[in-house]
Amino acid sequence: MQIMISSEGEYLESKPSLRFGRAPYFIKYNLEEGTWEALKNPATDQRGGAGVKAAQIIIDHNITHVLSGRFGPNARQALSAAGLRLITFDGKYISVNEVIKAFKNNDLIEEE
Amino acid sequence: MQEMKIAVASGKGGTGKTMVATSLATALAPNYEVNFIDCDVEAPNGHLFLKPQISQTQPAVTLIPEIDQESCIACGKCVEACMFNALALLQDKILVFPQLCHGCGSCSLVCPVDAITEKPNPIGIISQGLVNSRMHFFMGELTISEPMPTPIIRQTKKLAADISGITILDSPPGASCSVVATVHDADFVILVTEPTPFGLHDLKQMIGVLSETGTPAGVIINRDGIGDNRVETYLKNQPYPILMKIPYQNQIASGLAAGGILVNFMPIYQQKFIDLYHQIKSILESKIEETC
Repeated sequence: MQIMISSEGEYLESKPSLRFGRAPYFIKYNLEEGTWEALKNPATDQRGGAGVKAAQIIIDHNITHVLSGRFGPNARQALSAAGLRLITFDGKYISVNEVIKAFKNNDLIEEE
Repeated sequence: MQEMKIAVASGKGGTGKTMVATSLATALAPNYEVNFIDCDVEAPNGHLFLKPQISQTQPAVTLIPEIDQESCIACGKCVEACMFNALALLQDKILVFPQLCHGCGSCSLVCPVDAITEKPNPIGIISQGLVNSRMHFFMGELTISEPMPTPIIRQTKKLAADISGITILDSPPGASCSVVATVHDADFVILVTEPTPFGLHDLKQMIGVLSETGTPAGVIINRDGIGDNRVETYLKNQPYPILMKIPYQNQIASGLAAGGILVNFMPIYQQKFIDLYHQIKSILESKIEETC
């Protein structure tokens, strides 16, 4: 199972990003193997439709859950239509690692 | 052919654009063919003052893609072609985001199986009519929650394009796309500002826009007497003359609040606005001489 976390930087120690569409990076994390990679978000500097463009990147990878601080309406629509599950976290997590831990412990909220 | 297109813009909102636009149009109407176009499509208010008889309304539309899921092969070419990110490719189908679409038609051009047709999507209403059976009046009104004002501004202007005479364009506030769509083909822009730090800050933004388009412009300082003299100091080194100063007066404020037009409730301004037109005309004529 692979999940994607919006991040301010390209490492597991980076601060998780509370924005989805304009997050600088996404960290793709494999829960079984513990492997991960950082993807640069090509939508950060888009003038409009960043949420849709970022969602497209997520959809193109083989992901089951997307984790971010907040999803805009367009991103939410695209991700949900693609059958992805949206999970939100708040500002108290200082690293992507912590968000992954919280996800594993079922501490995070799934969007309806 | 429109003889002259004068846009009234400001940068800062609430500086008196509509007061100036309605006054100029009203002052010129007895002697000229005048077209008034309210391009402030997110909050048009010229009609509150001019009180036109609306004779015709029509929808403003953008063309948005409709995907025939039967023939779509989910190749994603349309998603790649869309520079506004209005399309997304899910596993086996395309998702359309109408509110992000600019109606450019690229998606249907690149579709290899012709699965995309463009269908009209209403975004607002364009009204037209006459003021005092004489002045042509046009107004675009964007439907609340529709995010894109420029198509309706373009379509409203296009409706008026074939009418001769002097065209007065009442611009939206700010210095963004909707203002550019209003002023980009104007012959002259009147910038209405106020002598406050906010008025100056936003005036500079508008001057930034006009230095890009190269449109001649002049400034009207409204509510003269409040604030400070930084607007005037700034304009000393700019190629934009001060065309008029309108003082901060109780009588003007209450007349406007009652829905009046400045040149009607204070007839002294009638001649001032006719003079303004001639001043603009001579500025434009001297520009033509310069280029000849």
